[in-house]
Amino acid sequence: MVENRPFLSFLTHLVLIAGVLIVVFPVYLAFVASTHADGEFLSGLVPLLPGPNLVENYWHMLTVGISTAGAPPLWIMLTNSLIIAICIAVGKIIISLLSAYAIVFFKFPFRLLAFWIIFITLMLPVEVRIIPTFKVVADLGLLNSYVGLTLPLIASATATFLFRQFFLTIPDELMEAARVDGAGPLKFFRDILLPLSRTNIAALFVILFIYGWVQYLWPLLVTTDSRYYTVVMGIKRLAATADGEPQWHLVMAAVMLAMLPPVLVVIFMQRLFVKGLVETEK
Amino acid sequence: MQTKRTIFPNKLLPYLLLTPQLAVTLIFFIWPAAQAVKSSFEREDPFGFRTTFIWFENYTRLFSEATYLNSVGKTALFAISVTLLSMSLSLLLAVAVNRVLRTNRLYTTLLVWPYAVAPVVVGILWWFMFNPSIGIAPYLMRGLGIDWNHRIDGTDAMLLVIMAASWKQISYNFLFFVAGLQSVPQSLTEAAAIDGAGPFKRFWTIVFPLLSPTTFFLLIVNINYAMFDTFGIIDATTSGGPAQATNILVYKVYADGFLGLNIGSSAAQSVVLMLIVIALTAVQFRFVERRVQY
Repeated sequence: MVENRPFLSFLTHLVLIAGVLIVVFPVYLAFVASTHADGEFLSGLVPLLPGPNLVENYWHMLTVGISTAGAPPLWIMLTNSLIIAICIAVGKIIISLLSAYAIVFFKFPFRLLAFWIIFITLMLPVEVRIIPTFKVVADLGLLNSYVGLTLPLIASATATFLFRQFFLTIPDELMEAARVDGAGPLKFFRDILLPLSRTNIAALFVILFIYGWVQYLWPLLVTTDSRYYTVVMGIKRLAATADGEPQWHLVMAAVMLAMLPPVLVVIFMQRLFVKGLVETEK
Repeated sequence: MQTKRTIFPNKLLPYLLLTPQLAVTLIFFIWPAAQAVKSSFEREDPFGFRTTFIWFENYTRLFSEATYLNSVGKTALFAISVTLLSMSLSLLLAVAVNRVLRTNRLYTTLLVWPYAVAPVVVGILWWFMFNPSIGIAPYLMRGLGIDWNHRIDGTDAMLLVIMAASWKQISYNFLFFVAGLQSVPQSLTEAAAIDGAGPFKRFWTIVFPLLSPTTFFLLIVNINYAMFDTFGIIDATTSGGPAQATNILVYKVYADGFLGLNIGSSAAQSVVLMLIVIALTAVQFRFVERRVQY
């Protein structure tokens, strides 16, 4: 701060508090709704203070779910989401590490072509090629499977670029020294490059875990069997029936449970999260 | 393209290392995209037995359709509003956080977590808040004499999806603006302060221009976000309705192709969207790499 202006400082805090309120309020409302009993919403207005039914509602959603909505208990969907988010994050990191390694540390024909093919994935989000991608996955018999849910999302240009960028900053001397000592390419990769990339891998994992967790359109297309529902797409199903027969307290409990894991990741790994976010977007 | 001074001599290994990435890309990205381009030039008979090559008929039909042109307009309105609303709020918050000394960590934590909330969950949160029968917002607005109903009123529906989509993007923009503000040299603002420039003048004449690389980058990213990553928000709040009022292009492609099974038209729409993403990505990499500079 350049000079002391008490009024401006007051205004600054006012702006920040207003901002925090805007950001927190919708979730607070959902939390409050998730702690009330069934009848509370019939009066026509949502209560603004938490009620006594927190444990009951959450327990009910976790173990029973809303059977009329055709969605399984939440713990199944949460487990699916966890498996899928971890598979996507780990898969993306592995194949990106390998391809960045190939592109930076080797010279071979079609290197540039390979780079451009990877680059193109940036320009083809699922949303713009829904039907043909669905057809490919259906033809391969991967509908309603963890492979079908994760494999098509696993290619990653941004992760490849991030690792390429990082590998380029590694001094040549390091590799020369390793080669003089008799290390082959795989040993160099495993014993020197991987340990050096640890922070980058961790930061990227945080971002990609969130990416995997919030996937909606893809699971919606490739799963019809409720055993494979992810929590994010399952919730939509719950909410859709809620419109006809409002079980708001249960739907909002599910919403809170679906938000919690990735939000906790952001809050507790904030440093890695910010690093991953700012670096993948360059 | 850049490489190391010393490299490994292996001939086969790099191809093996690249195989997983390239296989996934070719099978699940390039091939389907090529299929979309191919079927955008074809017409399939109702039973799927025969396809005929029809040149640009799908495209000409698409661009003469009133619902499609409406969707283009809605998308533009939506993307511009979300970008402006979200970026200006985030900039304000970032500037404020940058002024605060001790509590900035706390404020940052409280502001960034919506990044991790899935778009469809964002949609449900806002849909709940604005639900005409039990939502708190319509209740308060009734007190002010405003009758909110996004189920029948197109303007209300558009406002709702704009607010929800902007809310979700605040955390992202905020983080990048904070990073940008921290790279503005303190000495410049101090020098300006000594010359007698007040905080507002300093912001508009020094900080804001120096922030332009970040602003430009975020502009592209936000347009991209509003056009392609908001599918879940639309699906959870309005499903494109009422009467096409919020049927943005990404949602229409899904609704026409997957629910309406109109393959030719949907493929043509996909190709148009691809061209938009390619243009946005090209702008981003061409100009953002070099940044807007002074």
